[in-house]
Amino acid sequence: MSMDFGEVVPVAVAAPRPVEVIEAPMGDVVLKVEDLTVRFPSDEGPVLAVQNLSYEARLGRTLAIVGESGSGKSVSSMTILGLHNAARTFISGSVKLDGEEIVGADETTMRRLRSAKVAMVFQDPQSSLHPFYKVGSQIAEAYLAHHRVSKSVARKRAVEMLDLVGIPNPDRRAKQYPHEFSGGMRQRAMIALGLVNDPLLLIADEPTTALDVTVQAQILDLIADLQKEFGSAVILITHDLAVVAEVSDDILVMYAGRAVERGLTKDVLSRPNHPYTWGLLQSLPSSSEEADSLQAIKGSPPSLVHLPSGCSFHPRCAYQHLVGDACMSQLPELRSVAPGRLIRCHLANPDEILNPETVMSDHQEISS
Amino acid sequence: MLIYLARRIAMAVSVLFVALVATFLLFFAGPADPAQSMCGELRCSQQKLEDIRHSMRLDRPVTEQFTEYFKGLLVGREIIQSGSTKDCSAPCLGYSFRSQREVKGAILERFPTTVTLALMSMVVFLTVGISTGVLAARRRGSSLDKFVVGFSQVFGAIPFYIVALLFALYLTVLYPVLPRAVNISAGVGPWLVGLIAPAIVLGLVYSTGYVRYARSSMVETLAQDYVRTARSKGISETKVVYKHALRAAISPVVTILGLDLAGLLSGTLITEQIFSVDGVGRLTIQSLFQDDLPIIMGAVMISCLIVVTMNLVVDIAYSFVDPRVRLT
Repeated sequence: MSMDFGEVVPVAVAAPRPVEVIEAPMGDVVLKVEDLTVRFPSDEGPVLAVQNLSYEARLGRTLAIVGESGSGKSVSSMTILGLHNAARTFISGSVKLDGEEIVGADETTMRRLRSAKVAMVFQDPQSSLHPFYKVGSQIAEAYLAHHRVSKSVARKRAVEMLDLVGIPNPDRRAKQYPHEFSGGMRQRAMIALGLVNDPLLLIADEPTTALDVTVQAQILDLIADLQKEFGSAVILITHDLAVVAEVSDDILVMYAGRAVERGLTKDVLSRPNHPYTWGLLQSLPSSSEEADSLQAIKGSPPSLVHLPSGCSFHPRCAYQHLVGDACMSQLPELRSVAPGRLIRCHLANPDEILNPETVMSDHQEISS
Repeated sequence: MLIYLARRIAMAVSVLFVALVATFLLFFAGPADPAQSMCGELRCSQQKLEDIRHSMRLDRPVTEQFTEYFKGLLVGREIIQSGSTKDCSAPCLGYSFRSQREVKGAILERFPTTVTLALMSMVVFLTVGISTGVLAARRRGSSLDKFVVGFSQVFGAIPFYIVALLFALYLTVLYPVLPRAVNISAGVGPWLVGLIAPAIVLGLVYSTGYVRYARSSMVETLAQDYVRTARSKGISETKVVYKHALRAAISPVVTILGLDLAGLLSGTLITEQIFSVDGVGRLTIQSLFQDDLPIIMGAVMISCLIVVTMNLVVDIAYSFVDPRVRLT
């Protein structure tokens, strides 16, 4: 399946004003997550962090995983690197990275895959770099773990990477400690560390949350640029829809550990088909409206220990009355509403309900 | 760095001076009466007491005695004791009331034994403490972890001298698997071997604290983001734990070690007594019983010097462990 840049993908329900997004071509699938369930015990009872999650990431494309904190978005990606606490976590389902099964894989296999095939950029660059080691040597260490080269070659590679992520004087900077770097520089160094082994998949877990607003855009641009250069797949975990609109090709919206909506980013953001996605978009500030028209989703995310019956979103859903008891008693299946478009909702015709003309203009603001 | 050193040394000197004044007042102006203990409790006439005081020159005002002592420390002095005049070069710590030996010589002679004992026990408690602590932290919540924490707490709660006495009794007397301590004059080899038993006891008792410090520091470090980053590089778990986590976990332990050195010296005091090790500690305790004030003063001053110097060394070592620490 291939698509050219700039081609507008027809949406099943005719979109009056398609969003202009340059879409990446469909590359090979490098990550295939199927029916992933992650549970771990807590003092209050078992935490259902992720349930029956399926998605895929393709080379050259960016998948955004969106949701509130506690929606399972970070947990699911930790599993891909095997960074969860293996003794406490129960995982079922399948995660295939480049065709290789990760669920249940031994430590040797995971070590071989980490950094070489899948790398991660973490949320807080302040705490993610070791304070006692020089930045260059921390990057070189990851290269050395997967290449039989001398230390000086690895060090040169580290300097190259620092240069590539836009750090001036990379030679000098490589010999400095993380505390001598600014926040944005540290995140650049983390990205250099992530890409040093040219992985197939880069997972960026809220890479801009801990950064200054002015630096956020730079880091996102950098990730996008490097993705073109390295051709890798990127999973961007975020709760920031403005970021999603800007850099992602595909989107997966998660709520309470489950996928509630999946599709192309431009389709989902211009015509959300799940009340939760719609709510998220409503809560975004827009330049065309007054600040007081912002609408928060009422209530708060459910505890992953005591999930609501039926659809997990029903206590907060504004459209529950249109369906009735099913929302409370029955978990909706993830169903296809258009090619490549999945939602988990009982609403029979969500598109018509959720997307009257007024909503449309808002989305235009977000994605432009 | 130089300014830092100069400031720290000035601080150390003032600490030493305060310690000097305090101990001097405590012993020379306090209720200790060397003349009485020399004369003997019974049948000691007032006249004889006065004579001894005069010959030891203890009948002068405290300020005069202190000035003389202080002068002796800096430039040396002549000591008139029991009618004869002895030369005492700087830093002069005086002459023993009892053995008529120079204090400096008497202490320095036993010094290597005490330092060796302290260092040997330090090797024991650092290796045992840190390795056990790391092991427990890596298996946090397991039965091994619970056993280590529980055992170190119970063992650490038993008074030190009881542990030392029992250890000495069982392992060097009843079942002499470990040799007893001998004087260094019997040869370096047997002397060193003789220190093994007291070093193990002292080390084991101290290690209970270090097990807990190392464990809690390691538990905290293992949860750090940079340890997760290290793991995400695909390096071995051994490297993650010992290169990344332990490096960071060790710095609070270094700080505690610096604070603990004074305690370690008092530990050698009792250990030496129990194991009959001829070190500074034993000499001090003997001198305390005999009211041999110059020896006690000398031992206290040398201990102060060691503690102050080691604290400085630890602070400098800290800056090597943690690059964020700048010595300014």
